[in-house]
Amino acid sequence: MLLYILKRVVSAISVVVVTLVASFALFFLAPTDPAGTICGTRCNADRLAEIRSSLGLDEPPIEQIGGYMKGILVGRDYTTSGVVQHCDAPCLGYSYTLGQPVTKLLAQALPVTVSIVLGGAVVYLFFGVLFGTLSAQRRGGTLDRALIGSSIVINSIPYFVVAVLVALYVTVLPHSEYHPLLSNPLLWASGLVAAWLTLGLTNAAAYTRYSRASMIESLGQDFVRTARSKGISERRVVYRHGLRAALTPVVTIFGIDLAGQLTGAIFTEQIFGLPGIGVLTLRAFNQYDLPVLMGCVLLGSVVLVVMNLVVDIVYTVLDPRVRLG
Amino acid sequence: MSDQTLRGPDTVVRTPRAAATGEAYLEVSDLRVQFPTADGTVDAVQGLSYSLPLGRTLAIVGESGSGKSVSSMAVLGLHDPRGTRITGSIKVGGKQVVGMSADELRRYRGADAAMIFQDPQSSLHPYFTIGDQIMESYRAHHKVSKRVAKAQAIDMLGRVGIPNPQRRISSYPHEFSGGMRQRAMIAMALVNDPKLLIADEPTTALDVTVQAQILDLIGDLQRDFGSAVVFITHDLGVVAEVADDVLVMYAGNAVEHGPVGKVLGAPLHPYTWGLLESLPALSGEPAPLHPIPGSPPSLLDVPSGCPFHPRCEFRDRVGGERCTTVHPDLVPRTADTGRLSRCHLVDPDRVYQIEILPRLP
Repeated sequence: MLLYILKRVVSAISVVVVTLVASFALFFLAPTDPAGTICGTRCNADRLAEIRSSLGLDEPPIEQIGGYMKGILVGRDYTTSGVVQHCDAPCLGYSYTLGQPVTKLLAQALPVTVSIVLGGAVVYLFFGVLFGTLSAQRRGGTLDRALIGSSIVINSIPYFVVAVLVALYVTVLPHSEYHPLLSNPLLWASGLVAAWLTLGLTNAAAYTRYSRASMIESLGQDFVRTARSKGISERRVVYRHGLRAALTPVVTIFGIDLAGQLTGAIFTEQIFGLPGIGVLTLRAFNQYDLPVLMGCVLLGSVVLVVMNLVVDIVYTVLDPRVRLG
Repeated sequence: MSDQTLRGPDTVVRTPRAAATGEAYLEVSDLRVQFPTADGTVDAVQGLSYSLPLGRTLAIVGESGSGKSVSSMAVLGLHDPRGTRITGSIKVGGKQVVGMSADELRRYRGADAAMIFQDPQSSLHPYFTIGDQIMESYRAHHKVSKRVAKAQAIDMLGRVGIPNPQRRISSYPHEFSGGMRQRAMIAMALVNDPKLLIADEPTTALDVTVQAQILDLIGDLQRDFGSAVVFITHDLGVVAEVADDVLVMYAGNAVEHGPVGKVLGAPLHPYTWGLLESLPALSGEPAPLHPIPGSPPSLLDVPSGCPFHPRCEFRDRVGGERCTTVHPDLVPRTADTGRLSRCHLVDPDRVYQIEILPRLP
């Protein structure tokens, strides 16, 4: 098990390195002139040269990428507007539009996204699995039709429309803003509740359908019939025996969804005004802030490989037949 | 064919496994099981009646879809009440199973009657240990601590012949071989000492040497526990091995019922003849098999009259189109009133002795 995790970590690191090199090449070495784009229309030669050197574009490509990697491992110095700034490891570069190290920006934005996404996940896992199970138990009945019908309706509306409607019209919810969890847990929760419900209930619609399908299959299995023949209560048959086996496929989807959302819940953050990774990425994209964009891409790749590893480890806990190796 | 050949050379005609009390423990009368579907009503079991005293084994044989499993699932109350219509009566130890409330059913299942299923691989929960699953059965009917239940589970695993039960109790089903899994399944079924055991093709998924061990085990345990056993199978070799009585089912009907030696030794129904003729000979010159022509009827649209008539090569022997119009009753056809058959033929025993017997290998 430990050896397996070690192997996976090594392969995860290589995935991240490949992502790093590829996106670095895409952003910095492509035959475009990022400095010129940033400089804009009111540009002069001095300003252009300064942007070039602050981005390191005046160095050979190998040195550029070497410098970037060195920054990640041991830190490096930057010169902006004639001032030398030290950037501690892991240094992902320096944002010239915000005047801050990328690492610091990510460190500020990540807790916001994690708060939104994990809170939302609690909501959609709970309601999705509950509704899916109820639906599967009453397959073809009124409740089943009502739940599946509303699930399809909710998922037919684009997510950002739902989010805008909630933000505009569901005024009973507390105002959305981000407060750090540790400074005031109550404010933290009340500022996020609108985002949690929006993200949670729209995803719950999809999870209702996943869980229902998985549960219907599981309830048709021979071992559920065996459980029933033992004389245990129907609730125990459904929840202990049926649901237990139905959860594995749902966990697979959840792992992929969670990884995607952690790389930035763009709509949720933007519409509810929560400064997370999604908003940071969007802003960097609009302002051609390449170091920040690079940082967000790297963070995303790390989140993805970590989540994949976590899902695989969770499998071994869920299903005793799965052995890692 | 004499029943000696069916039993194999090394078995002699046995006495019943335990002193049969004669009084029926399981009594099924006029059982009907129907499944309403979008295409119409499936008549899975159509008026089945039989009874079984403690200590005896009844084998129910028939093709897939003959109603053998469906009727036995009904005995355990395992059909989903929303999708099934069950009428008639099933009495187990004096309790009426048809129409039991969910709570009564829960207390009845596993305690009075238990079931062993066909494929132990899929019938055991893959995520729980063997011990956990046996303990759950025991604790469903006994208010005891986990420790007591565990001791009981270990004892049961030992009784079904699993070596080192203290250790194997914490194994998962996938860590057991097929035969061991079926032993564990049997331990789980018998842990509450039920007086009725239903075994639904318990050896079909196992290889032949393991089959024999499992059959022996069920026989031994039946003798120890003195229970009534319903053995569902399509394997006539297994029937000869384990059963005291045989019930042959076709298209939801019992077509022949009687003591095993007589039913297999001199059957009275053309369908049973067909089953015997479909058996390959294990010795002597290889001879072509005589399968029953056609295939089992759809239970959505059971043939009129005798449901077997479209496949019966003797229907011309019965006058007045009776085979296609009149559903025969299950009645004694010979002087022996212990044997019942559902057929219009005037003298089925004569037909068997003169025409069928010489054709058998």
